[in-house]
Amino acid sequence: MTAALQARTEGLITAELAVSAGEVVAVVGPNGAGKSTLLRALAGLPGPARAAVAIDGRDVGTLPPHLRRIGYVPQDGALFPHLTAARNVAYGLRGRGLSRAGARESAREWLDRLGLAGLAGRRPGQLSGGQQQRVALARALAPEPRLLLLDEPLAALDVETRASVRHTLRAHLGPYDGACLIVTHDPVDALSLADRMLVVESGTVVQDASPAEVTRAPRSAWVARMLGLNAYTGVSGPDGVHLADGRVIASADDVPAGPVLVTVHPDHVTLHREPPAGSERNVWAGTVAEVTGTGTRLRITVRPSAGPGPGPGAGPDLVAEVTAQAAAELALGEGLPVWAGVKATAVRLTAL
Amino acid sequence: MIGKPGSGGRAGHRETGAGAAAAPAPAPGSAAPARVPRIPRTRVPVLLLLPSLVGLAFVVLPLVGLLVRAPWQSVPERLGDPAVRTALRLSIQCSFGALAISLVLGVPLAWLFARVDFPGKALLRALVLLPLVLPPVVGGVALLLAFGRRGVLGPWLESMGVRLTFSMTGAMLAGAFVALPFLVLSVEGAIAGLDRKYEETAATLGAGPLRVFCTVTLPLIAPGLAAGSALAWARALGEFGATITFAGNLPGETQTLPLAVYLMLQDDPDTAVAVSLMLLAVSVVVLVALRGRWLSPTRKQPYVPEPDEAGR
Repeated sequence: MTAALQARTEGLITAELAVSAGEVVAVVGPNGAGKSTLLRALAGLPGPARAAVAIDGRDVGTLPPHLRRIGYVPQDGALFPHLTAARNVAYGLRGRGLSRAGARESAREWLDRLGLAGLAGRRPGQLSGGQQQRVALARALAPEPRLLLLDEPLAALDVETRASVRHTLRAHLGPYDGACLIVTHDPVDALSLADRMLVVESGTVVQDASPAEVTRAPRSAWVARMLGLNAYTGVSGPDGVHLADGRVIASADDVPAGPVLVTVHPDHVTLHREPPAGSERNVWAGTVAEVTGTGTRLRITVRPSAGPGPGPGAGPDLVAEVTAQAAAELALGEGLPVWAGVKATAVRLTAL
Repeated sequence: MIGKPGSGGRAGHRETGAGAAAAPAPAPGSAAPARVPRIPRTRVPVLLLLPSLVGLAFVVLPLVGLLVRAPWQSVPERLGDPAVRTALRLSIQCSFGALAISLVLGVPLAWLFARVDFPGKALLRALVLLPLVLPPVVGGVALLLAFGRRGVLGPWLESMGVRLTFSMTGAMLAGAFVALPFLVLSVEGAIAGLDRKYEETAATLGAGPLRVFCTVTLPLIAPGLAAGSALAWARALGEFGATITFAGNLPGETQTLPLAVYLMLQDDPDTAVAVSLMLLAVSVVVLVALRGRWLSPTRKQPYVPEPDEAGR
């Protein structure tokens, strides 16, 4: 079976993609990683990357954007400000050869479907950010593209609107039968919307896997931190992993010597007021830099100190998640000297 | 200058601001001065002030002269004179014809300059803008040498049965020649200032370049297009040198208002003044209509987003 989308890009971002019909791929990565550039290259828009693209086995790499049969939603939706919501949605339908009346009819159906009934006659300036994104999505989906490209569809929205637009996206990307790429810098969006994650960093793909696999074994410090894990890069050797700041971490994982990504789940970090005498192989002294709450759990950021005892900071922070009760028993407060311990079996290593 | 009371409205306003800001600082009985000194207004050097006032008078006085000496009572009657009405009709035909030519040729040219990179663009752009600085008579001579009977294209045009010199079409061409740069400049600025995301998204929705241009680019640059059209039309309306050189001065044929005014000044000065007054009024109307757009044809679209969460 040929994939719905097969592509290879060159330039600012180099990537090879194969996306099957109905599959939603999230392209995640830090700002400037080349995510938007990738979408533009696939759409055939000018930019710092080029792409060889085949959609449903048809080579469209040399075609201009209007002949590629794609749907593209740029970052802020780019609704045509001089047209009403209905005429925005009808725009692509007219291009597919529908009559004026037919396009209008279909546009209204799409607006209804996305919960925008009654707003058909409004211009983009009279719509909220969330409504604009929905209209932009309707406009892109209406002409039934074989490839759908969404560039940060949730980035410009406030938290509440975000959740509702995310829900809309999930509801409409489920039945969508073409290939879909969503750019996001929020792994949470990726986890909730995508079947697969493409993690991009400085112009290259560092991981292409299912969301479950990316969460289990992230291959990029950026994505690991976005998922709430402690993540460091280092070099593994016979005596453990050497971090850039000179610390050595012991791990039960067996990996070949070379560059590795070290991840530690915050649940597996224990905090002590005295130097621990237990079985933990990794113990760092530090001070509590920040305490933030998430429900019944507290996230404690520990800033390791340079010396053997608590003192001035050195190296990247370590985050521990403890119950509110445990935090109260330890009387944790910002600035307090603590010892953080991690068992060797809780230190995950991923060869890079 | 320590806070002289009641001196100058604007300065007084500034003083309140400074006073309010400094209010909590000086405690009673401290060594601080009782009043906060006001920052003196910039003194304008006499050597700059004097010429600028003379310059202002230089521009305003002729207009005042026109208004003072105008035969106000007989203006309507003089404007109704058959000769004037003929010239007016010709002027309207000619200026709108020139505008039409400028639009048809200038808008695509402006798009090309704003959106496409090609070798020699800077040079071509300079050539199109040349009529801005070229003496109009020279423009007329150049038009004669291109499209006149003995011009480069003359024999060919003649074989097609087209005569441009000393015709209304010729007057339109002369007007378009001088008006085109105004249109191209305005429209090019508007297109260059337009965010490409709209055109790009339209393309991904299946619209070819021409459809994108007609349905997205043109509507979005409408303000710039209107400003450019007004400028170009006004320029064509007032054209004298290129018109008289290329299209001649045939009453009822190519004698537009500016040409008529010039001739009337000899034997019917009051009518000439009345017509001048009318042209001045038209210019003022154009200027007022352009207010705000005159220098900023690339202004953003006037859509003010009103987040309306209630309607969601």
